[in-house]
Amino acid sequence: MAHAVPIPPGALEPPGAGKRTLAQAFGWAVFVLILAWAWKGADVRPMDLVKDSGNMAQFLTEFFPPDFREWRSYLREMVVTVHIAVWGTVLAIVCAVPFGLLSSSNIVPWWVYQPVRRLMDAARAINEMVFAMLFVVAVGLGPFAGVLALWIHTTGTLAKLFSEAVEAIDPRPVEGVRATGASALEEVFYGVIPQVMPLWISYSLYRFESNVRSASVVGMVGAGGIGVILYEVIRGFEYAQTCAVMLIIITFVSTIDIVSSRIRKQFI
Amino acid sequence: MTQGAALKVEGLSKSFGGPQKALKDVRLTVAPGEMVALIGASGSGKSTLLRHISGFVAGDPGSGAIRVNQHVMQEGGRVAGSIRHLRADVGFVFQQFNLVGRLTVMTNVLMGQLPRIPLWRSLIGRFTREEKAEAWRAMKSVGIENLAWQRASTLSGGQQQRVAIARALVQRAGIILADEPIASLDPESARVVMEILARINREQGITVLVSLHQVQFARRYCVRTVALRLGEVVYDGPSAALEAGMLRQLYGASVEEMLDGTETIDAVMNDPVVAEGLGVAAATA
Repeated sequence: MAHAVPIPPGALEPPGAGKRTLAQAFGWAVFVLILAWAWKGADVRPMDLVKDSGNMAQFLTEFFPPDFREWRSYLREMVVTVHIAVWGTVLAIVCAVPFGLLSSSNIVPWWVYQPVRRLMDAARAINEMVFAMLFVVAVGLGPFAGVLALWIHTTGTLAKLFSEAVEAIDPRPVEGVRATGASALEEVFYGVIPQVMPLWISYSLYRFESNVRSASVVGMVGAGGIGVILYEVIRGFEYAQTCAVMLIIITFVSTIDIVSSRIRKQFI
Repeated sequence: MTQGAALKVEGLSKSFGGPQKALKDVRLTVAPGEMVALIGASGSGKSTLLRHISGFVAGDPGSGAIRVNQHVMQEGGRVAGSIRHLRADVGFVFQQFNLVGRLTVMTNVLMGQLPRIPLWRSLIGRFTREEKAEAWRAMKSVGIENLAWQRASTLSGGQQQRVAIARALVQRAGIILADEPIASLDPESARVVMEILARINREQGITVLVSLHQVQFARRYCVRTVALRLGEVVYDGPSAALEAGMLRQLYGASVEEMLDGTETIDAVMNDPVVAEGLGVAAATA
């Protein structure tokens, strides 16, 4: 076949090869310009790290040894933090299933998925902390405000991840279900959900991990959990206690990350 | 015969935007209990025709009606409003099986019950003993009952196709449309699947319309063959009459591959000389 045809020497260089390097150089120049601009805007002062290194070392020593005298209350609030994350995540999963399906272009027409997607964008665009501040006003101080904040934000995130999984499914099994005379809802339950289940579980666990992290700060604006204590000890210049609280958060978050990623691996 | 037809296609046309019509005024009547082969090269419109019958695709505006057991599936380019309900009577067997791989064989077969059971039960996946027994009998009749609790994705192609047939049986479909059911299978699995289709046609009286790549299978399993070329019915008659000479007349000179079955018709169609020949034939027709 074609292997007998000799290749002319000039043919080895694809046409337009030179243009690409020019475009790349331009891309890099833009990138460097953005970095320089952002340097000014973000007020980056690396020299201060050297100049004030003595102060910082002094500051650091105040953290040690950590003061665990109040550990019972730290632990209690840390458990509340996990409770906030659990409910915030579970409520979000329950909502993200329908919203995720309703923002999938292969399940519903554009006039459904476009508005639903925009709604989810909005839920995702606002940080948990902002929602927490608003819900503290609405439902009062305490963990429930944190649950509501995580719920809204996580629904937005999970709905997007869920719908991306749905849009990547193999359409043939769905058509197989359709061929039996099944209703549209049955098509989704039997043809779509079995295909996306492993990914959905994996995404949900990942969001739970990250919600434990988020839940540990929503307390700073009064939405319950370990964040409340963290805020108080930092404001009171109790750095030894701050250190103890941070160590507890690190231990909890790391443990949950490790356990959850183990479980996630089972599903992929 | 017209009155009691299992399937009646009247003047169906379809174009997908290109200059060449995918289906051109197709007329076809199948009597109850018949087993009819649909042959033709790739792109001749076999799949498109079957997908229209099941209402997956609508014909061109103003094109004729498709009736299955007197029920209008689509008419004038509009799919019937109750198409989901009507599909229960039409079993569909796909070339790529189209099973849900992560579910068990049992669940895949039970899906044939979905149109008959209340929605709340189907959504929580609750099937009665009787429904499971019916699925079991269907699996037994195609010889896959020992695989009932395996995931469908772990099965071989031939086994998966038998699951798909069992699903159509549980559906209690009066007619089964099989779209190249053996094109992805090895010769032995292909034979088994064709034997099963022929047996359910013979023993249960289910009407079967099966599209095939190779004429030898049509001659062996079906009394009647309908041949398509470039979206048109070019032959409708006894399979026995489909001799090499006749096929050569229908499909051009290099039709031998379609006959001996060692090479698929794709190879013929991809041959530029043959493609040109068919184009000329279509222009003069």
